[in-house]
Amino acid sequence: MSIDMAQFHQVFFEESFEGLDVMENGLLNMNPGEADAEEINSIFRAAHSIKGGSGTFGFTTVSDFTHVMETLLDEMRDGRRDVTSEGINVLLASVDVLRDMLTAAQDGGDADEERVKASRADLDRLLAGGDAAAAESGGGDQVEEASAEPAVQEPIGWKIVFRPHQHLLRTGNDPLRIIRELEELGPLDAECDTSSLPALRDMDPEESYLSWDLRLNAPVDKALIDDIFEWVEDDCDFAVVPVMPEGFDPTAAVPEPDAADQVEPAKAAEKPEIKEAPPAVERRQQQGDRRKPAAKSAGAKAGGGGASSIRVDTGKIDSLINMVGELVITQSMLGLLGEDFSIDKLPRLREGLGQLERHTRELQESVMQIRMLPISFTFSRFPRLVHDLSQKLGKQIELKMSGENTEVDKTVIEKIGDPLVHLVRNSVDHGIEMPDERVAAGKPETGTVHLSAEHRGGNIVIEITDDGKGLARDRILDKAIERGLVKEDDNLSDKQIYELIFMPGFSTAEQVSDVSGRGVGMDVVRRNINELGGSIEIDSEIGKGSTITIRLPLTLAILDGQTVVVGEETYIVPLVSIIESIQVKSNMLNMVAGKGETFKLREEYLPIVRLHEVFNIEEPKATEINDGIIVVVEAGGRKCGLFVDGLLGQQQVVIKSLEANYGKVEGVSGATILGDGSVALILDIPGMMRLAADRDSQAGLAMTA
Amino acid sequence: MNDTTNMGLLGQDGEEEEQHGVQYLTFLLNGEQYGLSILSVQEIRGWEMVTRVPNSPHFVKGVVNIRGNIVPVFDLRRRFGLPEASYTKETVVIVVRAGKPGEERSMGLVVDAVSDVLVVKDDSISKTPEFGAGVPTENIRGLVTDGEHMVMLLDLDSLVLQDNSALDNDAA
Repeated sequence: MSIDMAQFHQVFFEESFEGLDVMENGLLNMNPGEADAEEINSIFRAAHSIKGGSGTFGFTTVSDFTHVMETLLDEMRDGRRDVTSEGINVLLASVDVLRDMLTAAQDGGDADEERVKASRADLDRLLAGGDAAAAESGGGDQVEEASAEPAVQEPIGWKIVFRPHQHLLRTGNDPLRIIRELEELGPLDAECDTSSLPALRDMDPEESYLSWDLRLNAPVDKALIDDIFEWVEDDCDFAVVPVMPEGFDPTAAVPEPDAADQVEPAKAAEKPEIKEAPPAVERRQQQGDRRKPAAKSAGAKAGGGGASSIRVDTGKIDSLINMVGELVITQSMLGLLGEDFSIDKLPRLREGLGQLERHTRELQESVMQIRMLPISFTFSRFPRLVHDLSQKLGKQIELKMSGENTEVDKTVIEKIGDPLVHLVRNSVDHGIEMPDERVAAGKPETGTVHLSAEHRGGNIVIEITDDGKGLARDRILDKAIERGLVKEDDNLSDKQIYELIFMPGFSTAEQVSDVSGRGVGMDVVRRNINELGGSIEIDSEIGKGSTITIRLPLTLAILDGQTVVVGEETYIVPLVSIIESIQVKSNMLNMVAGKGETFKLREEYLPIVRLHEVFNIEEPKATEINDGIIVVVEAGGRKCGLFVDGLLGQQQVVIKSLEANYGKVEGVSGATILGDGSVALILDIPGMMRLAADRDSQAGLAMTA
Repeated sequence: MNDTTNMGLLGQDGEEEEQHGVQYLTFLLNGEQYGLSILSVQEIRGWEMVTRVPNSPHFVKGVVNIRGNIVPVFDLRRRFGLPEASYTKETVVIVVRAGKPGEERSMGLVVDAVSDVLVVKDDSISKTPEFGAGVPTENIRGLVTDGEHMVMLLDLDSLVLQDNSALDNDAA
C-alpha cells in the first residue's frame, strides 16, 4: 500500500511548530530547582509527538535530535535529574535548533549542521554530566534496591503486559502486528487473556477485547520494545518489566492491571508499589486527546502544498452550518411564496425578506469570524524574546500579558508581529533601566513590560507599557533640531515631540546596540501599521515609563465608507481617513503659483484635489467649487480637500480585490459591491494624493515645455 | 453543422478529444468569426452597465460584479483596433477564465454576438499567414474553415498576458 505521505507534511509541520511553541512556553515557565510534573509532561508530550511524526515522515535527523531531548526531559520528569537553569537554557536552544531543522525540512533545504552538532553536543554533555550527578546523589530519595540491582544485572528477557483499549482497532492498529514485531526480537511466549470477551451476540467486531501477557526471552534493549508500542501507547495500557536471572521475581513489581481498562494512569503511577519497581518500568497511557480527529480532518483539506491554511474552531463551523441551514429554509419558504403570489401575501413576503436579511447578516458575521484568530498567536513569542533579551542585557524584566484571547483578523496577526517585536525590544532595550539604576531611582529592581490587547469600539487596541525611564523629551527635540526636522523656535507639544521618533532615520539610543537603535525602525513600524489601516501613538513620562498605543481596524475585509458621487460614478472614501466634509465658497479659494488651488481651514492651507480631474471622469455635475462639496481627508500626516459632486451616505462595505482578475489601479485600493449589485471603487487616499501630485508636476512640465 | 449529440462531452476525455477534436465557441466581431476554447468559457451574459475604472487603457470598459467577484470587461473591438460599434441588445459579454496555471484570471469580453459551438480537430487548424507588422496576429492560434467561413481561433492565454503587461505599463 503506498500512500503519498507528502500530503500530510503540511499538517505535520503545522503540528510540530505548535508543539515547539508548547515546549518553548513550558520551558519558560519552568523554574530552576523545582520540577513541575505537569509542565515537564506537556513539554515531553510535545517533543514526543514531534519525534514520532518526524520518524514517520522520514526526517530522521529531526527524530534523532528530538530523541536526545526527550531522554533529558524524561530524566527530569522522573526526578532523576534536577531542573537547572543550564538545563532549561540548553533545552531552549535546542528548541530553536529543532525549529530550524523543521523549517529547513519544510522548505526542502538543509539545516545548519554546525549548529545542530553544537546543540547536540550540549545536550549530550548535559546528559553525561547528569548521570554522574545522579550517581552521586544516588543514595538519596531514590529507591536503593531498585536502582542498584538492574544497574549491575542485565535482564535476560522482558515481561510485557499489553492491554489494548477497546477502540484500538479503530485507530488502525492491530495487536497481532505488534506481537509479530515483538517476535522478531526474539523467542516470544504469549498468553492471551480472553476474560473480558463478551458473548458472541454482544460482541462488536470492531472492538478489541483481548489482552496479552507476553514474555520475550531475549536480552534486547528496552528501547526496541518501546519503539514497537510507540504508536499504540496512547490507546492501550502496557508495562514492560525486565526478567532477571536467579529468582528475581518480576511479577511482584508489576502493578496488577485492573480488570477495568479505564484505570486512571496517574493514580496507578503514584501507587506506592511502583517505587519498588525498577525505574525501567514505564506506564504510559492515553495522555490527553492529542493526535485526535481534529488534526486528522485538517489533514484532508490541507493537501494543497504551500497554500496558507487556517485552523478553525469546530464550534465556529457548526454555527455556520446552522446558519446556512436557516438560510436554506428561508429560501425555500420564499420560493414557495413566489410560486403563486398574490398581493395579500405581501406581509409574509416582507417578513420572509426580513428574515433573509437577518440571516445573511449573521452568516456574513460568522464567516468573518473564521478569519479571526486570538492575538495570542502573536503574543506567544514575546515571553521568549523578553527572557532572552533581558539575559543578554543583564536586566530584570517581567513581561505581563493581558487580553491574549482578543480576536483579530488573520492578516493583522501576520503583519503586526514584526512591528510589535520592534516595539517590545525598544521597551526592553531603551525603556527599562539596569537594576542598579532602577534601585537608585526608587523603583523595584525588576522592570515590567505590559503587553495588552482589547477591543475598543470597532478597533483593536494593543498597548505596550513599560515602567522604565520614559522618553527623553529634550534629547529628542535636540536631535530633531540637529537633523533639521524641526526649527528651534517651533513650539511643540510633548505629543508632537514624541511623534518625532517615528520620523525616518531617528534614533536616540546613546549607543547603537545589537538590539535596536540603528535608526531604521520606528518609521517602518508606523508605515506597517498604517498599511493595516491603523495608527500608533506614544505617551510618556520621564522616570515613569512610556505607553505605546496601536489602534487597528477589527477586520480588513470590511470597512466603514462614505459614498461620494462624481458625475455618473460612485466611489467609496474610507471613513477613517475623513476628517470632515464642508462646503467652500469660491471666494475662500486661493491660488498658489497661479494654478494650485488651496483653501484655508482653521489656520491650515489645504490643497484641493478634484476627483473628476484626477480620475478623468466625464461630465461631473460640479465643476465650480460652489456646486460641490469638499471632503477633507488625511493620510500619512498629509491632508487635502477632495472635491466631489456630493455625498450619498455612509455604509459598511465588504472589500473585494481588484487585483485578483485585473490589476492594481493607482488611487484605488479595492472595490465593493453596492446594494443594487453594481460595483463601486474604494479610494486609496495616499495613492490618490500621489496621483494628484504627479498630475500637477506633469502639468507643470507640459506648461514649461 | 456539428454532431450535436457530442455537445455535452466538452472534449474533456482524452479519447473523445482525439476523435472529435476540441470544442470552440464562435462569436462575431465586425462581421468576422472568431473562436475560443469552450473550456475557458465560464458564462455568456448580456451587456450591462459596468463601473468605469479610472485611468485604464481604452479597451477596458470597466468592472462588473459576477457573483461577488470583481471581473474586468474588455471591449474586443477596441482591443483589436476594429471600428467601434454601438451596443445593442445582441451585444454579449463572454466571461472567460484563462492564464498560466495558478494565475488564472477571469475577464469579460464584449463581442457583437455569439454564434455557435464548433468542433475542431487539431490537424484541421491551419497556421495564421504572415502579414507583416500591419496586421496583429499574435493572439490568433490558427485558422479553421467552417463551411463557407473562416474562423480565427483566439489564444486567450496570450491575450491575458498582454493585457496584464498593458495594465502594468499603464500603471507605471
